[in-house]
Amino acid sequence: MQDTLTKKIFDVDEVRKDFPILNREVDGKPLVYLDNAATSQKPESVINAISDYYSNYNANIHRGVYSISIKASEAYENAKIKVKEFINAESEREIVFTRGTTEAVNLIAYSYGLENVNEGDEVIISEMEHHANIVPWQVLREKKKAVLKVIPVNDNGELIIDEFKKLLSDKTKIVAVCQISNTLGTINPVKEIVRLAKEKNKNIAVIVDGAQAIHHTKVDVRDIGADFYVFSSHKMYGPMGIGVLYGRAELLEAIPPYQTGGDMISTVSFKGTTYNDIPMKFEAGTPNVEGAVGLTAAISYINNTGFEAIHKQETELLEYATEQLDLIKGLRIIGTAKEKTGVISFVVEGLNALDIGIMLDTSGVAVRTGQHCTEPLMDRFGIPGTVRVSFAFYNTKEEIDIFVNALKKAIEILR
Amino acid sequence: MDKTIQEIENEIVDEFSYFDSWQDKYEYIIELGKKLEGYPEDKQTNDNKVKGCQSSVWLVTDDEDGRIIFKADSDSTIVKGLIALLIRVLNGRTPDEILNAKLEFIAKTGLQQHLAQTRANGLAAMIKQMKMYALAYKAKQLN
Repeated sequence: MQDTLTKKIFDVDEVRKDFPILNREVDGKPLVYLDNAATSQKPESVINAISDYYSNYNANIHRGVYSISIKASEAYENAKIKVKEFINAESEREIVFTRGTTEAVNLIAYSYGLENVNEGDEVIISEMEHHANIVPWQVLREKKKAVLKVIPVNDNGELIIDEFKKLLSDKTKIVAVCQISNTLGTINPVKEIVRLAKEKNKNIAVIVDGAQAIHHTKVDVRDIGADFYVFSSHKMYGPMGIGVLYGRAELLEAIPPYQTGGDMISTVSFKGTTYNDIPMKFEAGTPNVEGAVGLTAAISYINNTGFEAIHKQETELLEYATEQLDLIKGLRIIGTAKEKTGVISFVVEGLNALDIGIMLDTSGVAVRTGQHCTEPLMDRFGIPGTVRVSFAFYNTKEEIDIFVNALKKAIEILR
Repeated sequence: MDKTIQEIENEIVDEFSYFDSWQDKYEYIIELGKKLEGYPEDKQTNDNKVKGCQSSVWLVTDDEDGRIIFKADSDSTIVKGLIALLIRVLNGRTPDEILNAKLEFIAKTGLQQHLAQTRANGLAAMIKQMKMYALAYKAKQLN
């Protein structure tokens, strides 16, 4: 699928036809999919691109001299260019494909972290991070006897930037924060965070976890100014199993490989091995060509829909759902940041989130319950877990009505 | 005890067959959960906790003439309802009866399909814990 020059006029009914799964039923009721922060559904163009790849030009890439291998190699390299343009990186050399956001963070922690963080050095993360942006830094802390500092969150679920300023020190080597919280929907001022870190010391590496941002808002990595920016394809309407690590070329060149094997080498002999150039240096083994092809189609889909239309629809849904939920007695929304995107976490007094989730499922409504891989954040708010609904541009107000009515009924039964 | 484990399991399968939808089935489980009582509050400790991902379950046992009495609680009403079903089947049984119980009602009611695939509810962990208690009692009796 090519990017069209003129954007389609946004019509949610038309958009929904692009996503085959949205037409299915659960237990005789239409599926209302409100777990988009966990993974997004896939448009037909993505599904077709993957099918086309396997039907017509599946081959291992980079070394084949025959036509379908050349075509597959081209598709893989084109995916990098597509991603580069999508996030406005300077060069496709700065785009490393990983298995997903989690692997990308691990790569930075192991490669950049082990190389640059020493005993007593400090890594700053935030209280609202996903476990994927906590645990790799804890491992680094153990390995290097480093110090992990945490930016606190206020009662609205916003980062306390004044506290961040106080945490920055001469020992700070890494700052790693999410652009959007997967649990609260809070949009963090990542550009300001980068600026503050760089003002303290331009050598502090700033990593932005963009897993929840990349599909909601236009990301410009050079405007944000981060050294590394990471995200997953599957949250942005692309396939699972592929993600992106953007890193500034000069940093990627300076750090060692993360895994080793085929494709990441230049020459191999038993005396020694020289590594390939970036980004291949970080891509050991046969890459996920299917994923790259699907991701390319997903980016085209987003480009053709346009962030303006996506943002408008998602904001309307967020505002409408928030209004409706505020009317329910005993319901408390966790995360009331001024800058917020299409995620609502909530608790209902006296009721267990799991029970609510199971009852919503019996009405065909798919939501997430529990801690959302953010256990420290749950502790911060003193709650065992929440029910979380998260929207995509293909959701409708009618779906929110179905959800709210099902929720009211679930509360009535459970009380 | 008058009825065998098998007979009680059959009763449960029968009861569930009256409901057409999962909504109704869960409504029934919720009613059972609300009625489950008798767990001593001072025993809601970590030692008595069965690990589930999204709910806490507490389980203790008593021994009456070589038969095991389970008492359990949870912060999830649905999980409490599931516990009520397990207790109905397994309470007052000998360790051997509990160890040999196949608990086929879970599959036959469709609960298996609905619940067992996700670790969220801790159903599997709960059954395992009940059997562990039975095994411990059996070992104690043999000594």
